[in-house]
Amino acid sequence: MNEIVPVVEMTDIAIGFPGVKALDGVNFRLFQGEVHALMGENGAGKSTLIKALTGVYTIDSGTITVLGEHKQFSTPAASQAAGISTVYQEVNLCPNLTVEENVLLGREPRRRGSIDWKGVRSRTREVLAELHLNHVDPGSLLSSHSIAVQQLIAIARSVEINAKVLILDEPTSSLDADEVNQLFRVIRDLRDRGVAILFVSHFLEQVYEISDRMTVLRNGKLVGEYLTRDLSRMGLISKMIGKEMEALAELDQAPARTRARTGSEVTPFVEARGLGRKGSVSNVDLSIYPGEVVGLAGLLGAGRTEIARLFFGADKADEGSIRVKGVSQRIRSPRAAIDKRIGFCSEDRKEEGLIGDLSVRDNLMLAMQASKGWARRIPRRVQDELVAEYIATLDIRPANPDALIRNLSGGNQQKVLLARWLITSPELLILDEPTRGIDIGAKTQIQKLVNKLATEGMSILFISSELEEVLRLSDRVAVIKDREMVAEIKNDDVSVEDVMTVIAGGTQ
Amino acid sequence: MSSLSTLTPLTVKEPSPLRSRMRGGARYAPTLATLGLFIAMFAVGAGMYPSFLSGQVFLNLFIDNTFLIVLAVGMTFVILTGGIDLSVGAVVALSMMVSATLLQQGWNPAAVIFLVLVIGGGLGLLMGLIIQYFDIQPFIVTLAGMFLARGLCYVISLDSIPVTEGFFTSVAQAQIPLPGDLFVSPGVLLALAIVAAAFFILHHTRFGRTVYAIGGNEHSAMLMGLPVTRTKVLVYALSGLCSAIAGVLFSFYSLSGYSLAAQGMELDAIAAVVIGGTLLTGGTGYVLGSVVGVLVLGIVQTFIAYDGTLSSWWTKIVIGGLLLVFILLQRLFARKTA
Repeated sequence: MNEIVPVVEMTDIAIGFPGVKALDGVNFRLFQGEVHALMGENGAGKSTLIKALTGVYTIDSGTITVLGEHKQFSTPAASQAAGISTVYQEVNLCPNLTVEENVLLGREPRRRGSIDWKGVRSRTREVLAELHLNHVDPGSLLSSHSIAVQQLIAIARSVEINAKVLILDEPTSSLDADEVNQLFRVIRDLRDRGVAILFVSHFLEQVYEISDRMTVLRNGKLVGEYLTRDLSRMGLISKMIGKEMEALAELDQAPARTRARTGSEVTPFVEARGLGRKGSVSNVDLSIYPGEVVGLAGLLGAGRTEIARLFFGADKADEGSIRVKGVSQRIRSPRAAIDKRIGFCSEDRKEEGLIGDLSVRDNLMLAMQASKGWARRIPRRVQDELVAEYIATLDIRPANPDALIRNLSGGNQQKVLLARWLITSPELLILDEPTRGIDIGAKTQIQKLVNKLATEGMSILFISSELEEVLRLSDRVAVIKDREMVAEIKNDDVSVEDVMTVIAGGTQ
Repeated sequence: MSSLSTLTPLTVKEPSPLRSRMRGGARYAPTLATLGLFIAMFAVGAGMYPSFLSGQVFLNLFIDNTFLIVLAVGMTFVILTGGIDLSVGAVVALSMMVSATLLQQGWNPAAVIFLVLVIGGGLGLLMGLIIQYFDIQPFIVTLAGMFLARGLCYVISLDSIPVTEGFFTSVAQAQIPLPGDLFVSPGVLLALAIVAAAFFILHHTRFGRTVYAIGGNEHSAMLMGLPVTRTKVLVYALSGLCSAIAGVLFSFYSLSGYSLAAQGMELDAIAAVVIGGTLLTGGTGYVLGSVVGVLVLGIVQTFIAYDGTLSSWWTKIVIGGLLLVFILLQRLFARKTA
């Protein structure tokens, strides 16, 4: 390794928010021409560290040096001027502008005070070609491209400013395998050109595939810095989550839960026949029995979320029928679904689930109040007890009912969202990608919780891109392909390959 | 540990080039719809009243609305960033009051105009700074600005003050001849020059593109290292400056200053911008569209003048209806492209 001066060196960094100590005495260094993975559970302080380096947060104490020079970043612009460029999980570009503008915004070549649009176009073409994105039309609107391409365009922007440091914060969380490969090709390319790359991802395999070195954080503190090839996966996980190793081992065994009884003698909680919606999905025949976990397996965009939305009334079905507890029903709105005790944890927790500026307690109380009717006040004492109970059951961290949602990590936000639905005591809970973008510790907890809820008699429709996870939890798996339900598989010793075969081969 | 295999898609999700080109065209659709509406209204007018179809009727739309065009230009900048400026009508009235009073006292017209522009621009700058640094809704801040400016009008005088000063009256009466026996007022040339300048700024300067970026996604614009704070403040200063210019133009037009003048003109300006195809949420729209929006408002008024039997309040009703239709249309376009 090149043990020269690090491009970035952060020493003894501390940052605190009201009620949360986000970072405490963290050291971090990044070298030229390496891919450095920043690892840790949700809430470990990865995002905070990145935001300190990009000037979004100001550090309370500690020093940052870039190429040996002391720096104090108070704005993203200052950090960018020092050669640090960031691509965030949610693509931070302007969807209303063209690709070329997004690449060059704020740095457009000018001639006599006027933007040289020809220059903009040719420069964009050059940069896109460097990233093997020749097929992208520089004049097309950013919003007309897939998330994956948008992410690559964000990287193109960093390439354009000749960034010395490129930070990739969860770049792969909404990409499929091909897109990930394309991204990795670009990352390796940039690394070989001497760019220092900071990579954050929850996908362990990806981290091992791409990174040279890693820094592990836990609870806002530094655990250590390691060469990737010297650290085993188990070693890494134990460093990330500390003492919770047994939990993982437990889950890797087959679920101990006894399978729910299904069959003609029991009425399914919900039963869909030929359910569909024009232009969305069609031909969904699916029953979910009390105490049963049904997994939806399928490719990204195959229609998994669309099916969930039909069950929840977020979209109105225009063909087929739904019976709830044996009675034919029309679910016209989410409100109607909630009345029938159906809950839906959407995959977009930021947009659809939680109110960031309210505390954990307030967010939970909203659900409680909604289920009780607004006129009846819930005494403070009862509130406190309930909130404390949910925080404890779901292990929401920090265990502070007054912490603001937006200061919580993604995994903990997900837990609060789950808690909100549990408060309404649903009989069918639809979970759409409940574990996406959250760390292994939180993931384990959520999977255990799903098991527990089903054991207690709740019906669960579980949607995830990770087939292992679907198979581990589900009693039955419905396979979705090209917006149709193509097969239903009883989950006894079904392997990932089996399901893949069904998806690849169509109806069996 | 089992590997975390994510599924591989079998289909390419990138939309075809044709589709993305159609989407690109959809950007202009609302503005083109407004233009189409304007042409249709003009054609209907020509069918109903033979004298309607004349170059001068068309040019009068500009002559009678110079101030509204200038206001709409400033408002376009503000709305493109996703903001709103309710103070513009009151600032127009204040500019007229200040001009009329100072001219009455024998001030030099150049000095008066300069002072008025400083007051308008300064007020806008102040509102922009408050919006940005105290992080307050533009709606509230500019509402306060509106009350302040309107209140200052009453402090200056409750009565209408006539303007008799030589430069102002000569500009008011000046006609610039065009071929074919047509003419425009000097104010029209100024307004069109401002439109051209605004077009250049919005489409050919970094400042202008930052305005669009902020409207598209302010947080992203900040993370991209764009000068968001400076741009947002300047946008309100620009709108204030435009209001002051509009005030001066309105003085030329009406040759008086009156505290109650330009009541509700901020809403006309907002209506023109929205009818012209700019999204109230920001990020999409064109200053030329706003000009067409003003012309549509103007032609509605002309219609009612030609009819002669309808109350002028019908203008408001028609504009209200149009506004509703256009907002619904924008929604439809947005849905189609989403």
